[in-house]
Amino acid sequence: MSAVGTYFYNIFRSLYTVVVGMKITINHLFTRSATVQYPTVKMKIPERARNRLYVNIDDCIGCDQCSMACPVDCITIDTIKSTPDVDLGLTSKNTKKRLYVPRFDIDIAKCCYCGLCVWPCPTDCIVMTDVYEFSEFDRKKLVYSFSNMTSEEIAGAQERLKKYDEEQTAKKAAAKAAAPITPPPPKPEPPAS
Amino acid sequence: MLQPPTLPTNYTVKQGHIKTSTGKTIRTEEMIINMGPQHPSTHGVLRLEIVVDGEIIVDCIPHIGYLHRCFEKHCEHMTNYQQVIPYADRMDYCSAMTNEWAFALATERMLKIEVPERVEYIRVIMAELQRIASHLIAVGTYGIDSGAFTPFLYTFIDREKILDLFEMTCGARLLYNYIWIGGLSHDLPPKFVEQAKDFVRYFRPRLKMLNDLLSYNEIFVKRTANVGVLPKDVAINYAVSGPQLRGSGVNWDLRRDDPYSIYHKLEWEPQVGKGEMGTVGDCWDRHIVRMHEMEQCLNIIEQAIAGLPEGNVQAAIPRRIRPEKDAEIYVRTESSRGELGFYIVSDGTASPFRVKARGPAFVNLSVLPEIAKGGMIADLVLIAGSIDIVLGEVDR
Amino acid sequence: MEFIQTLLANELVVSILLSLLPLVFIIAYALVVLYTEMKVAAHIQDRVAYMRTGWHGLLQPIADMLKLLQKEDIIPDKADRLLFRLAPIIAFVGTYAAYAVLPFSSIYIGSNINLGAFFLVAVGSLVVVGILMAGWASNNKWSLFGGVRSAAQMISYEIPTAIAIIIVVMITGSLNLQDVTKFQDGGIGNWVVFGGPLPWLQKLMLMPFTIITFFILFVSSIAEVNRTPFDLPEAESELVQGFNTEYSGMRFAMFYLSEYANLFTVSAVGVALFLGGWSSPFGTFMSGPVWGLFWFVAKAYVFVLVQIWVRWTVPRLRVDQLMYVSWKVLTPWLFVCLLSVGLILVL
Repeated sequence: MSAVGTYFYNIFRSLYTVVVGMKITINHLFTRSATVQYPTVKMKIPERARNRLYVNIDDCIGCDQCSMACPVDCITIDTIKSTPDVDLGLTSKNTKKRLYVPRFDIDIAKCCYCGLCVWPCPTDCIVMTDVYEFSEFDRKKLVYSFSNMTSEEIAGAQERLKKYDEEQTAKKAAAKAAAPITPPPPKPEPPAS
Repeated sequence: MLQPPTLPTNYTVKQGHIKTSTGKTIRTEEMIINMGPQHPSTHGVLRLEIVVDGEIIVDCIPHIGYLHRCFEKHCEHMTNYQQVIPYADRMDYCSAMTNEWAFALATERMLKIEVPERVEYIRVIMAELQRIASHLIAVGTYGIDSGAFTPFLYTFIDREKILDLFEMTCGARLLYNYIWIGGLSHDLPPKFVEQAKDFVRYFRPRLKMLNDLLSYNEIFVKRTANVGVLPKDVAINYAVSGPQLRGSGVNWDLRRDDPYSIYHKLEWEPQVGKGEMGTVGDCWDRHIVRMHEMEQCLNIIEQAIAGLPEGNVQAAIPRRIRPEKDAEIYVRTESSRGELGFYIVSDGTASPFRVKARGPAFVNLSVLPEIAKGGMIADLVLIAGSIDIVLGEVDR
Repeated sequence: MEFIQTLLANELVVSILLSLLPLVFIIAYALVVLYTEMKVAAHIQDRVAYMRTGWHGLLQPIADMLKLLQKEDIIPDKADRLLFRLAPIIAFVGTYAAYAVLPFSSIYIGSNINLGAFFLVAVGSLVVVGILMAGWASNNKWSLFGGVRSAAQMISYEIPTAIAIIIVVMITGSLNLQDVTKFQDGGIGNWVVFGGPLPWLQKLMLMPFTIITFFILFVSSIAEVNRTPFDLPEAESELVQGFNTEYSGMRFAMFYLSEYANLFTVSAVGVALFLGGWSSPFGTFMSGPVWGLFWFVAKAYVFVLVQIWVRWTVPRLRVDQLMYVSWKVLTPWLFVCLLSVGLILVL
């Protein structure tokens, strides 16, 4: 196309495409807007949503699997072994609980909401809920403590454990003193190489 | 020791003289400007140091590292390989599924795991949906860079529908932790197939509307055609990949040329820039390659949904991931931005010894000084936008 | 206007009062146009704008103004203090002075001078000076870019504006805007954009040229106001607000106000010259001094709406393309129109 032809063609094309664009925008001017007016209207959250964590501490057996699975180390668990004379009860899956859980802290500010802690839990006690409005003004309030043991209960459990351990060591020492010395079993022959 | 590229401290701006027609001489001087980390259109925290002569760019030096989060170092301290997936998500946060897939693929090849067929199909559907979502961000922000504020809002409305699909499946909208080593975390929910088909039907006319509003608008064409031309040989020499490479006329797509998963069973065409509105390899070509790619993604999604087999998506997930000592592997995939590769070295323990991520945005960005020289500042913004960088991937 | 003079019988007080009337109008109009732009932009983009301040955000412009009024006044350390302070004032003065010659109604015009159109073009250049000062005095390389680009742009686009005004003056025979409007009184057929109140043969031959001239005047007036697609001086994506970068609080409000006032001015000039100003399109129905005000403001407002519509649709032009459009497209076409209109009027 000659230079003059290109000149006129460019002018025509500019005007035409601008008019096409303006037609599209004026159409959108009269369509319903896509805004959902939060917080008066809240959208429905799907059932698999991964938001704030919740721990049902009555079901927790203190296995530490969730804490090891967390990639950002936001779960801190302390456990105290229980003594045979105490019955901690059963979890909802009818397994026996053997550990006290005096401390189960989740720093929800560090949590990356990946859901990796939910999968290894044997009793399904840690779940991701659909709560997403939990902002606080104070950062310390974002460390959630799920344990419900009072400090007297914790002290009592530690006491009982200490006593039980001392009894066990005393029993072992007495059994060792009373038992005859037996020679260890012979080692098996290594295979001829 | 390698120094990062900067202007030398004794760099003196070049001074010149212009003789006017009346015989007077006007003294001119170059200017060093900082298009700083905080800028509305550098797509993240990227610092560009520009030396300008009036409006013409004489030199351009990118400075990166403002978003470095030590991803590769973190990987060495994970308790197992499965924990790396949330971290890999956060590298290229606009296109998270492709990152997870690349890492999972690398580990699966190292451990020689065969994933079920259903897993492959679902991974392809998710990756292609993610590619559409990522290109929608690229196109929307490119419109804002050039001054048209409206297409951005339209692309984000479409993107919301894709994110709804993802939220329905795995629970998260941006950083999914969905593609696990050996399988997936959840199977597709019952309503997914229907909603995905609805989305495909809804999106095709929207693509046409976006093209009418932005891509073929004469002002946009005049801004982007013949600007930032990246010749074929320069692109190949700089190891550029993805839509940027295809925009320069090189017909190279890892999904076809180094195939992984089930891409060889599906019918689709890699889109190549043809220089319709200017030279081959200009910003308009890269933009239109992205627009056409979104259409091809729709085709792939339709075919994958039609051929989806039954199966258990968690059948092949290993209980313990412990590769052999001194096993190393490099696997590359086609992410939304180009060739995303993971190089993993294992030392026999449950956590990797070294993970190196080859980020496509980092390599694509290296070509910026080459193609920006000689253009204007207004062009620089559009060239940086057409490279489609995500600083999370550049800095890791 | 005369009866106010007889009421107060003191010329100085009367002139001050009459010259403050457009200021009241500007402030009221600025609130309306802020709200309109915000809502129209939002609905074009499929979203809703403010909904909380007042019913559907009606009180939002007032909130914006209050916020700007009580902001801290920051002047950068190494900025040129005098120029920095003067720049918004000069930009606003340039815009406001143009209101002196706009014929709001048949009984009210700020200053009924015989050089109305010429005065408009002359005073519009003051805004350029203001923007240049803002760009230079901010001691910021990005503001400098914005100021320099703006100067080049506004100077180039004054030429198509001036030539378009000359074409109208040729048809109507007077530079006085009030006389130009009176010339077009009597219904839609008498408007200059349709050829003016001339014999129908001349009208038919004039019509294509006047329509093109009106369109070109509209385009160059968008450029004068620094709006997309010509908003390079304040290109938000590149220059972080351009010459406006270092301004905050009341000074920024002055620039903002002067931009919106300018929007109205150029629309009003186009309306006064081409579309009959305050005259009603129905002839004598709905005409009169108060109706005249309504028609004038309504017609100008329609063009303000069109400018808002264009802003949110179209990308922006680069500097050299801007210059190309002005010098190589608008000006030659206007010269062709000028010669043709002259020939047709002579014959």
